[in-house]
Amino acid sequence: MSETTVTPPETRNKLTGGGSAGRAGDKIFSGLTLAAGILIFVVLAVVSLFLVLEALPAMTAAPDQITSHQSFWSYVAPLVVGTLIASAIALVVATPIAIGVALFISHYAPARISRTVGYVVDLLAAIPSVVYGAWGYLVFGPALVPGYKWLHENLGFIPVFGQPSATGRTLLTASLVLSVMILPIITAQCREIFIQTPSLHQEAALALGATKWDMIRAAVFPFARNGIISAIMLGLGRALGETMAVTLVLSAGALTPNLIGVGNNTIPAEIALNFPEAFGMRQSELIAAGLILFVITLLVNMLARWIVSRYSEFSGAN
Amino acid sequence: MSTTTETSQQSPRPQRSAASGNTLKAGQLPSWSRAATLAGSLAVSAVIFLVAGWNWVPVLLVAALLFLVAHSAWTFAVEGRRHGQDAFWGTVVWMAFLLALIPLVSIVWTVVANGAPTLVRPGFLTHDMAGVTGVQDRLAQRGGDLAGGIQHALVGSLLITLAATVISVPIGLLTSIWLVEYSRGSWLSRTITFLVDVMTGIPSIVAGLFAAGIMMVFFEWQSGGISGGRQTMGITAAIALSVLMIPVVVRTTEEMLRVVPNELREASYALGIRKWRTIFKVVIPTAISGIASGVTLAIARVIGETAPILVTAGVATGTNWNLFHGWMMTLPVYIYRQLVNPTAPAAPDPSTARAWGAALVLIIVVMGLNLLARVIARRFAPKTLGR
Repeated sequence: MSETTVTPPETRNKLTGGGSAGRAGDKIFSGLTLAAGILIFVVLAVVSLFLVLEALPAMTAAPDQITSHQSFWSYVAPLVVGTLIASAIALVVATPIAIGVALFISHYAPARISRTVGYVVDLLAAIPSVVYGAWGYLVFGPALVPGYKWLHENLGFIPVFGQPSATGRTLLTASLVLSVMILPIITAQCREIFIQTPSLHQEAALALGATKWDMIRAAVFPFARNGIISAIMLGLGRALGETMAVTLVLSAGALTPNLIGVGNNTIPAEIALNFPEAFGMRQSELIAAGLILFVITLLVNMLARWIVSRYSEFSGAN
Repeated sequence: MSTTTETSQQSPRPQRSAASGNTLKAGQLPSWSRAATLAGSLAVSAVIFLVAGWNWVPVLLVAALLFLVAHSAWTFAVEGRRHGQDAFWGTVVWMAFLLALIPLVSIVWTVVANGAPTLVRPGFLTHDMAGVTGVQDRLAQRGGDLAGGIQHALVGSLLITLAATVISVPIGLLTSIWLVEYSRGSWLSRTITFLVDVMTGIPSIVAGLFAAGIMMVFFEWQSGGISGGRQTMGITAAIALSVLMIPVVVRTTEEMLRVVPNELREASYALGIRKWRTIFKVVIPTAISGIASGVTLAIARVIGETAPILVTAGVATGTNWNLFHGWMMTLPVYIYRQLVNPTAPAAPDPSTARAWGAALVLIIVVMGLNLLARVIARRFAPKTLGR
């Protein structure tokens, strides 16, 4: 671009100056921007290709070559299940609360408070995950131990509430920390959509004698449905790929149905715990696990887009 | 929103055959009913607290449930089904808000309360961990001075984030300019938009794996097939962070460029100005505040990333200013390592204190960047926009 800034001195106007130089500038600049776009294309292709190439040795290896002396798939299946359970619990806990908080900010809180609260939520969405992890590890987990004991004593017949952990570093704690993490993200997205609800719709509903809740059900939710779904999917994507919070909070082990005891693990935590020391086949195993995680998040994203596009014609947003 | 807040409270209710008194308020709960219900539920659960001797968590839960049931039942009885529902869901929304406050306040409070004493220690920001051993930590646990600091982590975070910004901002900016100004909705632009969406969803640890692997392959190719092992250094981490940062930059810039009114571009073209100069002199200056704040937010997002750096830049105890050689420490990894691998395993308290101090610094940095983004967006907003 630098050569094009030198314009002939006799031109009348600085902006229109330099006939051939300007034309070349147009070509160069559009080529440059296109190249950047294609670079993204290439990077993603290389990411996928690389992951597949590095993962193939582990996926096709004989069971006795795998570090844990079983086939790769039986090694990775418990991790996938653990990841899905943790994300599902996080989502189930966080979504209703997030929608509630978003409604609070957009429709219930007094105007003065709501701006501050919305701003605070934005800031909380920016807190690094390692801080959430440290909090879950040192504060939240120990605080949950009495609750886990109570659950085991009173509901112990359900396999989910087995022998409780003494440190509180369990999959349920990790899921709850994840839900705290994704809460500001879902809230911020939902609030954006709720605020955009056409005020004419809302006022029309109120003028017909609707209570505030009637109005929200009739005007806000139909308008915001796509936004809510994509917010949830965004939160799910974050929960699936979240590494540090789980790595710090969970005292990892084999897959068990017991959510309040030691055990279970997720793919990102497994990679973070083992990759720094891994080489050879072990490294390939972890990269293969990473590939599976990548595919899962990709599917979640695609599903979100498909749902949004499917419902977009009914949304009334236009 | 404020209008709706007001109206629903006084919205016209169906006329009921009120026996006596003010007909306007007939069939409505008195204004003190909510406070009375709240006080009543708190009182009942306080009694339970005294009798059964529970601690405060279940007591508050019981109080909240009591209030929810009593308030909506009373409203249902006096004002009817729809108003009962309204009261129920209104209470649920308030409770969701209060419930969400608990962990979030707890996190901020924990970090500030535990981090501040470490942070104000002299030398915490200007020392690294080189030469700090378990001996000093065992002394510190017994009341000695806390050794070590986070200088190496600050330097590492700064350099790696800077390098990631230098890589991803030009690529992100140019891509979004192409998408908005040049692509005209071709199949390539749809593909790139889709890929950027996919990139947004890449888990950060996978980005780390990718960067670690790509550097390994690159150096093997460069040295003629001799595997140099893993290339653990700052620039590898910067590449990993760029993979996470580029889609954020593309998305925000694209949005900002799209809201630049077309009239501005057309006015510029009408004066005979070339497209690329129009973009440089008209479009970008109009959108620059939004772009700058988007970039700042992207930096704030990647500076807190732990996992991709853990697998690409490793860990270190000394200060390393060289992005292209040697392992590097960053703030998030420092926090993680101090927590899970205390310097003195038998005396973990000094390490935990350092971790909280670093966490406080990290939060201050991230919050500062977020505030900066807001200030940029407000201060440098285009003044010529006539709306």
